[in-house]
Amino acid sequence: MFAGLDPLFLNGVTLEVFIIVLVKVVISFSVLLVSVMLMVWFERKLVSDMQNRIGPNRAGPWGILQTLADGIKLFFKEDLQPDASDPFVFKLAPYLSLVPAFLTFAIIPIGGNFKDKDGIITLPDWLGGESTYLQLADPPVGILLFLAMSSIAVYGVMLAGWASGSKYPLLGSVRASAQMVSYEAALGLALATIFLQSRSLSTHDIVADQAGAGWLGIVPHWNVIVTGFVPFVVFLIAATAELNRPPFDLVEAEQELVGGFHTEYSSIRFAMFFLAEFMNTVTLSAIMVTLFFGGPSGPILIDSIDWVFPIFWFLLKLFAFLFTFVWFRATLPRFRYDQLMDLGWKVLIPISLGWFLFLAARNVLADRNWNVGILLGVTLAIFMVGGLLLMGAIKSAAEQRELEETRF
Amino acid sequence: MTATEDLTPAAAVTSASAPLPEDAERVYRREDSAVLRMSEAEVAQLAIDAPAEALATNTDERTIMNMGPSHPSTHGVLRLVLELEGEVVKRSKPVVGYLHTGMEKTAEDLTYLQGSTNVTRMDYASPLFSELAFSLATEQLLDVEIPERATWIRMLMCELNRMSSHLLFMATNGMDLGAVSMMIYGWREREEVLRFFEMVTGLRMNHNYIRPGGVAADLPDGWRDEVLRLLEMIPPRLEEYDILMTGQPIWRERLQGVGVLNSTEALALGATGPILRSTGYAWDLRRDDPYLAYDQVDFDVIVGTYGDCFDRYAIRLNEIRESMRIVRQCLDKMPSGDFRVQDKKVTPPPRARIDESMEALIHHFKIFTEGFKVPEGEVYVAVESPRGELGCYIVSDGGPKPYRMHVRGPSFINLQTLPHLMYDGLLADGVAVISSVDPIMGEVDR
Repeated sequence: MFAGLDPLFLNGVTLEVFIIVLVKVVISFSVLLVSVMLMVWFERKLVSDMQNRIGPNRAGPWGILQTLADGIKLFFKEDLQPDASDPFVFKLAPYLSLVPAFLTFAIIPIGGNFKDKDGIITLPDWLGGESTYLQLADPPVGILLFLAMSSIAVYGVMLAGWASGSKYPLLGSVRASAQMVSYEAALGLALATIFLQSRSLSTHDIVADQAGAGWLGIVPHWNVIVTGFVPFVVFLIAATAELNRPPFDLVEAEQELVGGFHTEYSSIRFAMFFLAEFMNTVTLSAIMVTLFFGGPSGPILIDSIDWVFPIFWFLLKLFAFLFTFVWFRATLPRFRYDQLMDLGWKVLIPISLGWFLFLAARNVLADRNWNVGILLGVTLAIFMVGGLLLMGAIKSAAEQRELEETRF
Repeated sequence: MTATEDLTPAAAVTSASAPLPEDAERVYRREDSAVLRMSEAEVAQLAIDAPAEALATNTDERTIMNMGPSHPSTHGVLRLVLELEGEVVKRSKPVVGYLHTGMEKTAEDLTYLQGSTNVTRMDYASPLFSELAFSLATEQLLDVEIPERATWIRMLMCELNRMSSHLLFMATNGMDLGAVSMMIYGWREREEVLRFFEMVTGLRMNHNYIRPGGVAADLPDGWRDEVLRLLEMIPPRLEEYDILMTGQPIWRERLQGVGVLNSTEALALGATGPILRSTGYAWDLRRDDPYLAYDQVDFDVIVGTYGDCFDRYAIRLNEIRESMRIVRQCLDKMPSGDFRVQDKKVTPPPRARIDESMEALIHHFKIFTEGFKVPEGEVYVAVESPRGELGCYIVSDGGPKPYRMHVRGPSFINLQTLPHLMYDGLLADGVAVISSVDPIMGEVDR
């Protein structure tokens, strides 16, 4: 009934509504900051566990305040700016990284009972009795905001490298722009399958679409299952690349480029990049939970506190993804630049494109009552032909390159 | 290029059927890092001489990049000057000397007994091999026969050292390719070996354990159990490496076909050790020119096929296994007897004798102040260190100190292969190549 619109705004914007929005802003801002702090600590602690060492254990209990200590240390360090740098862009770049990281989180539904109440939380009467979604904003463009923000973040990395006026950062930023731009394509195609499925861009609608039980009444109606896993796997890989996390961390490949794009950054400007990186990890994990794993949906065990469980399920799923990212880091060696591009353009994009078309055909089939057997047959045939064509193209391109490189 | 062809790029060009116009050859030589064997002035001249349009196509878009001497993946203080086209390495030039401390010169001021403390600091990842080469050379000049037990102790310790050195390679190779966990795992296993070294020699590195005339001390009580513990612990860990790296698709992608060398090139550049063996040329001094008692143990020389980084990785991984085989045989065959030669002129008397014998005291004093005299002559002895042929050349003028000592450090000579291995690869491949050459800068610069 209220699809695409937060019920908070139904009665016009009153002071109460304004205060609620303000509180939501403060909460999501601080939750994100604290979660980043915990994420850094969690990553270091988990990696050290996997690597047979202790990890941070000095600041606070189990070293949990280590990030805070590091932050304070970075604050008080000298802010160096290379002579060869472009002063304005050099200072601008960290903000271009940091601000989009904050903004994306606004569209994530972090709670709300989607089973019976369409994700709407009604405040108790002594707080005004307003109803609202548990997400900061639910713009109709929804998930496109995320794509836009991640594109802007590329500028942060790219300009940082370019403005440093130094070679290692420049190489890092060249890698970054190529990598992030090409993986955004795969990311977008994987997203398109979700739009196809949920018939909406709004994150709230996407989550609402996934609520309830699907097949057999036990298997959840999550997009990861409904869209057939492939988009999810593509999205996960592309997201890792988008985040510049191992094994796709070429941008800051320490062993090759020292610090990559932020080699020349120090003090709080470096801290901003660092913060943005981890914030993006948290945000993208949250996006994946929202898009593929039903967001906050999950069994609600006690009806009287039905707002607690969705938040709990959301955090649990989020945690699982954060763990996965750390796990990647501890296990996998780094890709090489050209291999990364090959993976993006020759594997992920064709697969996600093909899968998108397949899902589209499936939807048409449902509408028009086509024959399932013929559809599967035709799809398989097209996939095979397309695959062969692609392989042929790759092979001939490789031969061509070899021919060009043969000297004298 | 087949193995029979000549190997320098310029020569390869001339041996091709159609002779090249001179300009093209100039460009080619400039391209193909053959110029790295010329002086900078010659290179500059070459660039000037070449026709402008031939060079203009690519020189203007090149970046000179300085990698090191302080860089995370140059293994200490190696400096590389790279000429990049985009991210493709076109020319590279290793610049060494940042760790130069004049060790060979220092050796001329140290007695033969002090000499091993000096050489042990060269290759700090496998110090026992430098000590071994130095001691073998000195003994050859002295013409003494060391006791059998000393020989076997040396062999045991050296093979364990080869293991620790290769484990260190596993660690750094993993780290250089971004598998950071591998670094810790490699260090962890190496630490276990070093713990045994500490038990035997008192130190984790710079042991000064193998000395002219034998070894510094006999193996301590319980050494056999410790070695057995190592032999039991390491194989399953190596299998974990296989899971983590060998079978890893990304790992294989990163290493296979990267930094390829053929055996003629390797031989011409003087490369030895795993680099040479990776090209399929089975050359191992332990087998081909046995020293110590290597002719009495059974082991395989691991060779590769493709001469790429993956082969070099796999060779080292399997050499750890072969070393364990040798260590096991050392355990079985360890004879009893003296751990150093009982030649009063060479070996200081036992501590207890000094209290009761004036002669022992004098001997002790003489050996430690003046040193023992070594007959006139010169000698070259080579051993197979984890990095290749480690040679020690000593000239003696009959005095208690070497007249001249030179060490053929395999790291230094293997470093020459870098420009060839890195040519036309990406920067990331360059890192893999440096890592797979496994240079130890202490030995390079000496």
